Amino acid sequence: MAVVTQSADALTDRAPTGLESLDVRKLGMWAFLGSECVFFGSLISMYFVNRPLMFSPALEAAHLTPKTILNIPFTGVLAFILLCSSLTMVLALNAMQQSRRRAGSFWLLATAFLGMLFLGGQAIEFIEIAHEGITLQNSVFGQSFLLLTGFHGTHVFVGIIWLLSCIPRALRGGFHAGNYIGPEICGLYWHFVDVVWVVIFTIIYLI
Amino acid sequence: MSTAEYRAQEGTIDPGRIAERARPQIVERGLRARPGGWLGWITSTDHKKIGVMYLIATFMFFVVGGVEALMMRLQLGAAQNTIMDGQTYNALVSLHGTTMVFLFVVPVLAGFGNYLVPLMIGARDMAFPRLNALSLWLFVFGGIVFYTSLFFTPPEAGWTSYAPLSDDAFLPTGGIDAWIFLVHLTGLSSLIGAINFVATIHNMRPKGMGFGRMPLFVWTILIYAYLLILALPAIAAAVTMLLTDRHFGTGFFDPTAGGDPLLWQHLFWFFGHPEVYILILPAMGIVSEVLPVFSRKPIFGYSFIAYSGVAIGFLSFTVWAHHMFATGLGDFANGAFATGSFLIGVPTGVKIFNWIGTMWGGSLRFKTAMLFAVGFIAMFIIGGISGVSLASPPVDFQQTDTYYVVAHIHYVLFGGAIMGMFAGMYYWWPKMFGRFLDEGLGKVHFWLTMVGFNLAFFPMHWLGTEGMPRRIYTYFPDMGWNFWNMMSSVGAYILGISVMVLVGNMIYAYRRPREEMPDNPWDAATLEWATTSPPPAHNFDAVPVVYSRYPLWEDRHPVEGGQPAVIAAAAPHTSIDERSHPADTQVAVGEGESNAHLATVEADHGEHEAGHAFHLPAPTIFPMILAFGLLLIAFALLFSPPILKVTFLITGVIYFVVAIYGWVKQISE
Repeated sequence: MAVVTQSADALTDRAPTGLESLDVRKLGMWAFLGSECVFFGSLISMYFVNRPLMFSPALEAAHLTPKTILNIPFTGVLAFILLCSSLTMVLALNAMQQSRRRAGSFWLLATAFLGMLFLGGQAIEFIEIAHEGITLQNSVFGQSFLLLTGFHGTHVFVGIIWLLSCIPRALRGGFHAGNYIGPEICGLYWHFVDVVWVVIFTIIYLI
Repeated sequence: MSTAEYRAQEGTIDPGRIAERARPQIVERGLRARPGGWLGWITSTDHKKIGVMYLIATFMFFVVGGVEALMMRLQLGAAQNTIMDGQTYNALVSLHGTTMVFLFVVPVLAGFGNYLVPLMIGARDMAFPRLNALSLWLFVFGGIVFYTSLFFTPPEAGWTSYAPLSDDAFLPTGGIDAWIFLVHLTGLSSLIGAINFVATIHNMRPKGMGFGRMPLFVWTILIYAYLLILALPAIAAAVTMLLTDRHFGTGFFDPTAGGDPLLWQHLFWFFGHPEVYILILPAMGIVSEVLPVFSRKPIFGYSFIAYSGVAIGFLSFTVWAHHMFATGLGDFANGAFATGSFLIGVPTGVKIFNWIGTMWGGSLRFKTAMLFAVGFIAMFIIGGISGVSLASPPVDFQQTDTYYVVAHIHYVLFGGAIMGMFAGMYYWWPKMFGRFLDEGLGKVHFWLTMVGFNLAFFPMHWLGTEGMPRRIYTYFPDMGWNFWNMMSSVGAYILGISVMVLVGNMIYAYRRPREEMPDNPWDAATLEWATTSPPPAHNFDAVPVVYSRYPLWEDRHPVEGGQPAVIAAAAPHTSIDERSHPADTQVAVGEGESNAHLATVEADHGEHEAGHAFHLPAPTIFPMILAFGLLLIAFALLFSPPILKVTFLITGVIYFVVAIYGWVKQISE
């Protein structure tokens, strides 16, 4: 006789066949990140299509190319901060895998804090270029740059909310050696957002 | 010793009795009371209820889209007809195309997939039951936001909404905005659904069901899901840029502001061409399920059909610019994309020959489902051939934007996808509702569909070749197009009658007294037929162990799909090596290797599970509230009076936040 119960839990009794070691939520996250790659890929191809227009002779003469408008060292520091947040994310997950409750919560908070620093820096950057007269409406560079980095910033923002929402449970000891799937998929997302920034930073600021 | 005898002796499984074994004998304990009535439906996380709601909603959109088509054919039936003006006609073109693609074919396949995939792979539900409910409601509300535009100005830029025609300089009305939100909401719905399918199919198959034993419909749904995941974000990015162009002053697609209209076409078709394979592949999967059952013969060339689907999915990302031959991409690009487009004909042809091979020498039963499956093959061949001709740039220069293209798309999407969907409907109706659709009415439906469809769309090949452009609302009487346009309209109305017959059939089936429906009325082979019709909430009492491609035909085709009964050394049974190979069984040449990785599957899972408690997802209202919040936010951007904007925005955000909070709280309880 089978007993039917009902719970909000996933369908835990199923013995999977193929990818037995991969949690279904992790698999879902990877699939989602695949679609995110195409989303950012589309925006990046938009930037490449528009890029020749940003370096037209007239704009070169007026010193209004991305190279002159953007404060590259400042954003380099921001990129470094965001990359550091990937390290703290790894430390957070590592601590929780060893059931170190307080260390795990601390590193989660540190990750969110570094993310906020990055977002703050991006806000300063947006304000600065607005003072130089670059807006969403008035130039090819403005619209392409703001849409691409703006969507990345939105992803960072969502990541921060996600990280912060993990902290109460982490403090209660809800994540431990037996269960750390929540921060793990949050970490997957966070690392993805970092890697996308590496690509965007290279394309907009370096080449 | 036959496989069946072997297993009976082993005591692992008695193939002839799977159906009986899996019949539910349930003691329900510790259940929270499930809400009944309509509340039970809208809070449901049961994949079967969600699947049925998908099917109902999509069928309603199908009827609406069909009525729009009939109105267009009424206008085009005669030259210089004055039933409607050009603006109305443009709105109808846009509504019809968008409805059929985004609100009918994609979600109807999601509906079939939702209902059938867990049953076919012996799972209790989808991997993410609540996200599944969210997909449903995002799709429904996407349809609602789109049709809200009927109350002000419907979109008028066609289903492709080419920029800059769809930019605010040319179409400042809200119709295009409604279209944008439709793409966003239904796109999100499909994306979440696709992630769900991928997780479910990869991770929740039963013991023994490797990729080489998965039903072909599940294969195609898996490819459908991967294509959606990789194609949808491109159009999401494109419509987001269109939205900022229209409302926030950017000029991504505005040439006067340095924008690039071709960027829209590239992004749109990078989504749009995989999209047509998204529409057709699961229909191919349905046909691959129906044909073997009504030919009483295993599918011919299982691996070829499965991997041809993968090949089609892969190639579909390399052909998008064949929609843009006439835009002047240059000879090299045209040649490259033409090559990809021709290549895609190969795996498609492989599939068609395999279907014919399946029927060849079979003992055919021409039930309605089978008729539609055969009709699918015939019509899809015609659509495929016109597609191959359009893949050639010189031919395309001649035919692009003519009725030839309209004929092609309807042959592959109506003759293909919708015929396949009808086949699946007649085939799975008894499983879903415990009643048959009437065979007599079904045959009337089939023949009316065939006659009406061909009369409506075949003449369009000639009209297109004679130069009749698509998307025109009228034409001069001396163009020589009058007769075939008239015939096409007559055919369209015959199609309309055929759909009425189908609706009559559904009502008749619904009102007929409930009969005792056997588990497996068609004598089919896959796992969904091993449980009751309709299945109980938890699908299977004990999840069967799978030893072959056709678990319910094991007595007849014992080793179809690989080695019989692969049993692990860990289980208290002899390993496969110690067993003599049954001499009386046919080994399908070349098809055994793919299952070699199954050698470590344990036996006896089914038996041990009996008496073991399993969980079903609890009902929840939050997915619907979340989707409703997004609907209100879309309304906020759609309506111009500031008071409405603010009200919609605030309430939408509140609904959204409350739903996320409640959802998270509910799952962490």
